Amino acid sequence: MAFLTDRKRAIGLGSAKSGTAHHWHMMVTSVALVGLVPLFIFTFGAILGSSYADVVAYYQRPFPAIVAILTMGIGFLHFSKGVQTLIEDYVHGFARKALIIGMICLSYTAAAVAIFAIVRIAL
Amino acid sequence: MVQLTLPKNSRMTVGKTWPKPEGASNLRKVQIYRWNPDDGKNPQLDTYFVDMDTCGPMVLDALIKIKNDIDPTLTFRRSCREGICGSCAMNIDGINTLACIYGMDEIKSDIKIYPLPHMPVVKDLIPDLTHFYAQHESIMPWLETKTNRPAKEWKQSIDDRKKLDGLYECVMCACCSTSCPSYWWNGDRYLGPAALLHAYRWIIDSRDEATGERLDELEDPFKLYRCHTIMNCAKTCPKGLNPAKAIAHIKQMMVERTV
Repeated sequence: MAFLTDRKRAIGLGSAKSGTAHHWHMMVTSVALVGLVPLFIFTFGAILGSSYADVVAYYQRPFPAIVAILTMGIGFLHFSKGVQTLIEDYVHGFARKALIIGMICLSYTAAAVAIFAIVRIAL
Repeated sequence: MVQLTLPKNSRMTVGKTWPKPEGASNLRKVQIYRWNPDDGKNPQLDTYFVDMDTCGPMVLDALIKIKNDIDPTLTFRRSCREGICGSCAMNIDGINTLACIYGMDEIKSDIKIYPLPHMPVVKDLIPDLTHFYAQHESIMPWLETKTNRPAKEWKQSIDDRKKLDGLYECVMCACCSTSCPSYWWNGDRYLGPAALLHAYRWIIDSRDEATGERLDELEDPFKLYRCHTIMNCAKTCPKGLNPAKAIAHIKQMMVERTV
């Protein structure tokens, strides 16, 4: 029990003076994904089911490779920020911070693995 | 982690069924959440039968009739009985609304009445709105000026005054904030739709000179950015206002001053 005034409880630690950058980042990556996801589906779908040699040759072309790299990179960045919001919504206390750290590690690792794989095929 | 189930002492139990009024033929079944902080029992759902031939058309009329004729211990807030004071906000038939302007004819089955969701209950249908009011106070709901006070009044054009329409009508009944899942989970830090609608009302007031400071205070991942445009606030507002739109405008202004 703490003898805090109602006003002090409502103000808490005050404004963090941040949040708009996160909001803007989500908007920018959303707009990018609106274009990238269909491009990725069409390029990836075009070669789906082909032989190994054909797929390797296809992803050695710049357009499909760059589309795939951008989709994976921006997709996982968007995922990272989106899941951070989700965790902030539903998880409180130390678990919130731990999950956000874990989720950032997971997203960046997944993006790195995806980009490395595409670059390796492309080059 | 958010609490998805009610704590043990908040779980509902079956309550008392009050006798039907004698000689009445046009009866309506009303089930009401009851909780008394003094008896140590869990909340219960009491059942009443209201004679519609001698009762007014609104849910508040039924509540007043029950309190007057059947059970004087039933506790609820009410004052203006015309949707201006916001006192009789409660959850009726699954919707947060004002009992005084919600007609019983709009409810097809039995009438179920609970207090506003996810707020501490003081007694029966009365939620504790202390934090809600303190949050409203924290957004400085008054005119802030730095220029010397004019001799007569702060002037405002007709067009600028029109910008306040759809905002100034809010009666702070708390229907919107208590319908918002973001407010349920993070109500201690998230200001909620009502306080943010009022914040926007002062941000866009052409006479106010603290626009920057107001935006500074709101720029916070929790105070403002917990709004995910769920729109429950706009759907439930008994005054037909759209707090989600006001919040979207605040976010737009935040982006405008950075990009």
